[in-house]
Amino acid sequence: MNFRRLFALAYKETLQIWRDPRSLAIALLMPLMQMGILGYGVSLDIKHVPLCVYDQENSQQSRSLVQDFVSSGWFSISRRFEREADIRDAMDRGSCNAAIVVPVNFSRTLAMNGTAPVQAIFDATDVNTTNIALGYAQGVMAQASAELATRWAAAHGIQPSLVSQIDLEPSTWFNETLDSRYFIIPGVVAVILALVGAQLTSLTISREWERGTMEQLISTPVTALEVMLGKLTPYFMIGLIDAGFCLAAAIFWFHVPFRGNVITLFTTSMLFLIVVLGIGYLISVRIRSQLGASQVALLVTMLPTSLLSGYTFPIDQMPAAIQALTLVVYARYYVTILRGIFLKGSSLTDLWMPIAGLSVYALLIIWLAARAFHKRIN
Amino acid sequence: MATGEVMAGKSDNTNVDVKSTDAAPVTVRAHGLSKSFGALKAVNNIELTITAGEIFGLVGPDGAGKTTIMRMLAGVLSPDAGNIEVDGVDVIADPEQAKLHLSYMPQRFGLYEDLTVAENIFFYGELFSVSRADRLARSQELLKAAGLADFQKRLAGQLSGGMKQKLGLICALIHTPRVLLLDEPTTGVDPVSRREFWGILYNLRESGVTIILSTAYMDEAERCSRLALLHAGEIRYCDTPARLKATMPGVLLAIISANPRALREALTGQTGILGVLLMGDRVHVRVDDPAQRIPEIRASLANHHVDITLIEQVVPGIEDVFVALLDTEKVT
Repeated sequence: MNFRRLFALAYKETLQIWRDPRSLAIALLMPLMQMGILGYGVSLDIKHVPLCVYDQENSQQSRSLVQDFVSSGWFSISRRFEREADIRDAMDRGSCNAAIVVPVNFSRTLAMNGTAPVQAIFDATDVNTTNIALGYAQGVMAQASAELATRWAAAHGIQPSLVSQIDLEPSTWFNETLDSRYFIIPGVVAVILALVGAQLTSLTISREWERGTMEQLISTPVTALEVMLGKLTPYFMIGLIDAGFCLAAAIFWFHVPFRGNVITLFTTSMLFLIVVLGIGYLISVRIRSQLGASQVALLVTMLPTSLLSGYTFPIDQMPAAIQALTLVVYARYYVTILRGIFLKGSSLTDLWMPIAGLSVYALLIIWLAARAFHKRIN
Repeated sequence: MATGEVMAGKSDNTNVDVKSTDAAPVTVRAHGLSKSFGALKAVNNIELTITAGEIFGLVGPDGAGKTTIMRMLAGVLSPDAGNIEVDGVDVIADPEQAKLHLSYMPQRFGLYEDLTVAENIFFYGELFSVSRADRLARSQELLKAAGLADFQKRLAGQLSGGMKQKLGLICALIHTPRVLLLDEPTTGVDPVSRREFWGILYNLRESGVTIILSTAYMDEAERCSRLALLHAGEIRYCDTPARLKATMPGVLLAIISANPRALREALTGQTGILGVLLMGDRVHVRVDDPAQRIPEIRASLANHHVDITLIEQVVPGIEDVFVALLDTEKVT
């Protein structure tokens, strides 16, 4: 290894990147744009589910129940109806996704029995949304029932503690407000770096073949390893800047709580960059046209990282075979690492498993990349 | 190594006749060199022995195998069979060692168009670990000889075709190679730049650099000290330009006529006519015996109503020799 040649290559590559402002802008601005689109666009939270109300009784108590739904924040009333058939129409037109029907004798039944049925109807075409909305509705009802039960008990001279002896106190850790954005944004950073990283380096070798500069380069004593390291160094710097941009946006713009250590964050991010840049480089060596290399880089990074990295679809909910498949998706390790550092404040030792996975990957990619390029035309 | 005075257009003698002396050390040797691309035999069993200080020319039409030979000599393309030795180093076994002492300029411009002249020179100097002092001294010298001294800050992509080729030569020479491989270096280069280019080459040869170049230009072939005539992947003839001319069968006549095509029609196939070649406004006719054939030609052309203004015996050029030698092969 001759460091002078390595430096000459890195310097040359930097000059070429610098002289091409358009691609430099893409390299630096694309991640931020994607951060905005994915950060805002992808959210698993459901707020303001359009709710239809058919209050047959329209008493103080029934109105109070409906108000409980509204003030929970999960629902907002879109229509009030006087006929059951109207609910069906509204569901068909999509103007509401949920409906509650309060029966005509609601407050009387409640006063007599201490309990009364209320009908909730959901449009279950979107199963995920329905499940979440159903959960919210049950939560609202549980709270309302508890209050009613206490009041009913007091009115009948029974000690409230006898009515509701079991009081569930749910406690959520690490994401106390249950904001799914906190969960998703660190994953978004991983996906963006995986995409951009492979794109950055996917052109570096194919460009030399396409422009005809490779033939002269390989006639010099420069070694394949020097070519690889010399070319990857500038892109590693750009990758670090991109990682800095994305992580800063996660913390300062999306206000994802950051409880970990910055050094842990950057060492693991560098490890991840080595993997993604190495993969781009491997593609670049194999495919000699710039367009082809760029498309392959997009294809091999986009689908696995967005579907199998666990950034939106939880890995432990996948079938066993798919779970095994995610082990080769390098982004999953970084997603786990980022979530750990951001939300749990995990240290290097806490994260040894995903770090080990990523390290094995990095070594494998470097080994393959160092052997991939041959100084030959054929 | 002495670099010698490099001056533009100093020597412009067209008929260099350097006899390859047996005492000179062999710098490039290829033995049994073959390369196929699929069913096409691009290079077939080539033998080459080139000594130090030669300007050796590979001449032949497109597809004759010139570029393939150049690439194999440069160590960037592996041959199917045969071996190559450059300056005592086996190119196939240890291409990287060989690359330290040779320089290769591909046919297609191989430098970085988004880098300036000076940056390209710096890059190639660094790849060959040339010291800063040597690089500066040598690049100044070469830039001056090539007439590029005022263009150091210009992007290589904004240079003219001739300037690009001269920059390519400078980058190839920055580490003072012992063997220089140039693949059609002057294709698309203006005559002035071409003269400067050759000026640099002559001075390099004087300083002991072995130069191997391929060309499709016959006038350029005449400037080489030795030539290999390539056809369909094989070397048909290999000698100095003067001796190649001597081996040409027959005597060459030049005939000027207003209608050279009709003239060719009239003469082709006649007894004693070995070959007819259109050369712009004139026709080169190769005959076995000029004393006997000139009157016959005059008579025949008169019969065919082809007017001629001149008929004379001329010294053959390399193109005549090339065509004649290949024609003779076809007949036998």
